[in-house]
Amino acid sequence: MAMRWKNTLKDHHVTDEAAFLNRRQLMGGAAAGLGLATAGATSAFAAGDDLVPNSYEDITSYNNYYEFGTGKDDPARYADALTTQPWSVKIDGMVDKPGDYAFEDIMAAMTIEERIYRFRCVEAWSMVVPWNGFELTDLLDMAGVQSSAKYVAFETAMRPDEMPGLRYPVLEWPYVEGLRLDEAVHPLTIMATGIYGRDIPNQNGAPLRLVVPWKYGYKSIKSIVRITLTDSEPPTSWNKANPREYGFYSNVNPEVDHPRWSQASERVIGGGLFSKRIPTLMMNGYADEVGELYAGMDLTKDI
Amino acid sequence: MSAVFDRINSLLRPVPTWVVYSVLLLPVPYLLYLAQTGALGAEPIKTLEHELGIIALQLLVAGLCVTPLREYVGINLMKFRRALGVLAFTYVALHLTVWVVLDMSLLWSQMWADIWKRPYITVGMAGFIALLPLAITSNNQSVRKMGAGAWRKLHKLTYLAVLLGGVHFLWLVKGIQIEPLLYMGAILALLGLRVAKAISKWAKRVA
Repeated sequence: MAMRWKNTLKDHHVTDEAAFLNRRQLMGGAAAGLGLATAGATSAFAAGDDLVPNSYEDITSYNNYYEFGTGKDDPARYADALTTQPWSVKIDGMVDKPGDYAFEDIMAAMTIEERIYRFRCVEAWSMVVPWNGFELTDLLDMAGVQSSAKYVAFETAMRPDEMPGLRYPVLEWPYVEGLRLDEAVHPLTIMATGIYGRDIPNQNGAPLRLVVPWKYGYKSIKSIVRITLTDSEPPTSWNKANPREYGFYSNVNPEVDHPRWSQASERVIGGGLFSKRIPTLMMNGYADEVGELYAGMDLTKDI
Repeated sequence: MSAVFDRINSLLRPVPTWVVYSVLLLPVPYLLYLAQTGALGAEPIKTLEHELGIIALQLLVAGLCVTPLREYVGINLMKFRRALGVLAFTYVALHLTVWVVLDMSLLWSQMWADIWKRPYITVGMAGFIALLPLAITSNNQSVRKMGAGAWRKLHKLTYLAVLLGGVHFLWLVKGIQIEPLLYMGAILALLGLRVAKAISKWAKRVA
């Protein structure tokens, strides 16, 4: 079953990609002519229902994917080397049908829909991305989650031959992430397989990656090869590297300070040299949808 | 080998310092040009900020190389040392300006909080403050007024500033990354030379 969640953004809010790029070029030209800020771009990117997706170029050229290097442009430069065919996802742990699920078989069983989400990085920048994908809960249903399962663990591919960043101990490889089961089956949680209607590029986590829009970007683990259902909180990469800075939940929260970055505001990528900061929204603007998941929890402690 | 270095020294001697200033300031218009054309990528503010910071750190490290190059290698760049320092300060100031105006959009209260709460920003700001008196006294008049001894003593603050710059870089990156570690290694090695020299001087005096 798909289509459980409807974008509050209407179809007419989705700028056709060609028109969007064209518009930016026009604005860029105008700005260059004035020798001034792209002030118009800033207001177009303001929060609310007028959200405009970032350009395909922005989304696919400014990435954090440390397996390919720590520079923002490293993934776009090196991720071509990643072999995504064939691809399979091992689903194991507390499921009725454990096994290796071929990517094609997963895709054949899923309904692909578009989700336009805000994407907020812990480094205090954000984008708006028109993802294509399916709800994670549908994939979990395929494997049959047992009632004893409470958490879902994820693992990224680890291929030293294809991923130059693995040579450096920036993090403990492979990259791992996790969600509580109720977070994982929430209709907002998707597995993305495309952007702007195209197959998702390698630098964005091909062939399938998690997208949890109310959490900081690093929770949305890329190029998943394994999903494990467990009854205990799974380890997560950034939490292992620095537990003081990165918690298990990592919900976007402007009121909880990160030791390194103030989370009160963010800059929307794509506004050029004079792009202004905008206030960060509680749960990245999805508090109405997911707030109840955390009822009774102290969000300043359970970060 | 020393003949080669003598040749280098005699080639450098007639080079006026304004040439050094002009050449080493070229990255500024170049970066602004790249930013205008969109060549700094999807997030030009961070790129600009980072590039200016890196150049500042490189110039500070270059300044630390001048004395060891003369003492251990025989290449004399003394004439350009002050230019390197002034240029380093210029890039630090530009780096800070980009942070204040473009990165933080003049959100003063958030910046004030960040200076105290984010250790890497605290350290960076301390480095800038350490450089301020050096920039202010980087003219001949100040040298005359203060006397060469006192001036030189004050300008030892450079050591602290470079160290703070290295820590600032190391602290701001996520995870363990190579580039800031390389800078820190170079800084520690260059400062180590000073420490070793001071120790041997002291040992001689005692003996």
